[in-house]
Amino acid sequence: MDHQATEITLLPGSDKNGETEHFDQIVIRPGETLAIVGPTGSGKSALINDIEVFAQKDTVTGRTVLVNGRAPPEEYVRDPAKKPVALITQNTKCLADLQVQEFLEMHLRSRKIEEEGVVEETIALANEFTGEKITPGARMTSLSGGQTRSLMVADAILISNTPVIILDEVENAGIFKDRVIEVLRTYQKAVVFVTHDPLVALLCDRRVVMRNGTVVRVIEATGVELEALEQVRAVDGFLCMLREEIRAGKIITGDLHHLSPPGEVNAA
Amino acid sequence: MRLLVVAGPPSAGKTAVVKQVIRHLGGEMQPAYLKIDVVRAFEDEEIAREFGIPTKKVYSGDLCPDHAGIMIMREAMEWAGREGADLLIVESAGLCLRCSPYVTQSLGIVVLSAISGTHAPLKMGPMIALADMAVVTRTDLVSQAEKEVFRERIREVAPEIEIVETNAVQGTGLRYLFRRVAGTPAIGDPDRVVLRGVPPLGVCTVCVGKKEIGWQHHFGVVRRLEGTDLFFRGE
Repeated sequence: MDHQATEITLLPGSDKNGETEHFDQIVIRPGETLAIVGPTGSGKSALINDIEVFAQKDTVTGRTVLVNGRAPPEEYVRDPAKKPVALITQNTKCLADLQVQEFLEMHLRSRKIEEEGVVEETIALANEFTGEKITPGARMTSLSGGQTRSLMVADAILISNTPVIILDEVENAGIFKDRVIEVLRTYQKAVVFVTHDPLVALLCDRRVVMRNGTVVRVIEATGVELEALEQVRAVDGFLCMLREEIRAGKIITGDLHHLSPPGEVNAA
Repeated sequence: MRLLVVAGPPSAGKTAVVKQVIRHLGGEMQPAYLKIDVVRAFEDEEIAREFGIPTKKVYSGDLCPDHAGIMIMREAMEWAGREGADLLIVESAGLCLRCSPYVTQSLGIVVLSAISGTHAPLKMGPMIALADMAVVTRTDLVSQAEKEVFRERIREVAPEIEIVETNAVQGTGLRYLFRRVAGTPAIGDPDRVVLRGVPPLGVCTVCVGKKEIGWQHHFGVVRRLEGTDLFFRGE
């Protein structure tokens, strides 16, 4: 399978009252980013689960997911090594009893990857996403949320190497979200973000708005929001720096302008 | 009548999987449900209320639940037959993992939770090794890499087993399980239904109620601290 050519098409299902959703189709192409936004309970998780399991009108939402315009072959769904989608969940505290290195080695084994140095490369990439360094000998359980999430993203890029990556609330873990988005774009991944983060949402090419379990609107990034995006970027940079000062134990007083040098964005 | 034996450790999501099977196949087949547990179980009442199908439970009490299951399996098939069922679902309590409750002429399903830890599959040998299919639940709570590593562990125990990943509460991905259940042949000859694996050796004097500690006070198949050999003591 040519991973980079994989295109995912989402076809509408219906809401709880049997009404069809308000979109014809949503296509996710390599290198594109899609944000899924909406209040808690609006159906964001159900939507990403539909994509992940390649729903064929057999989930509660009644949606259909196509791969390259066709119903996906069974092996896409059933053989993880052939599956074109990797979902990074919010909960990543599950596989308790292994060291980072052992975990990644086992993953490589399950994918029959024999290349040298992939473990080190994955850890190095993960360390680009998080401020707290991950070491090969660390226990998976002892990793912080940000570290685990960074490791899972790096794994999805280098080991799972899926063309489509779904990230469930990546911002909550305190990882460098700008850097994640940048790297995912470089690797030509199609990325779906479930997000409450204004910066992540505005950085995406498209934004799917959810309400009461259904898609109510799809907003294209046509450029009308660019000015706002720049402001959000500045505010976000400001908040990130402020967060670092607070983490460092400083007392925050007076004018905070020094925290946000114009035009410079710190993703920490 | 088809026979479905559902096993797995406690809280793996066995009942959630059973409910999905009834929900999806209940239209094509008439299911009956039997729960085997140790002292308390509510699943039978829950399922009867939700689906209006014949249900039953049996408490194993002092007996191992899987042992109890084997004792009553024959009667259970007769009961389900009288109820007009063409699919009997037997859900085990799933406890000590020394044996497995699967019988021939049935579909044996082990239910495992994806969040039970990487070593979990390695700790439940025959329950996985003798099953036809492994249903991994709560996969919505783990990331892709974790799913694959967990899967690798199951394959270490049973290289050929068919694996289905699901969030059992919503039933995602279970279409492959439904297909397998629907394709399971009916019991041919109830008289020839036997256990797939050899059960563990004997019951010892602790199980029949002796309180003394130390192997000297017990007979049957016993074990000492040093050395891993079992030996037989007594008559």
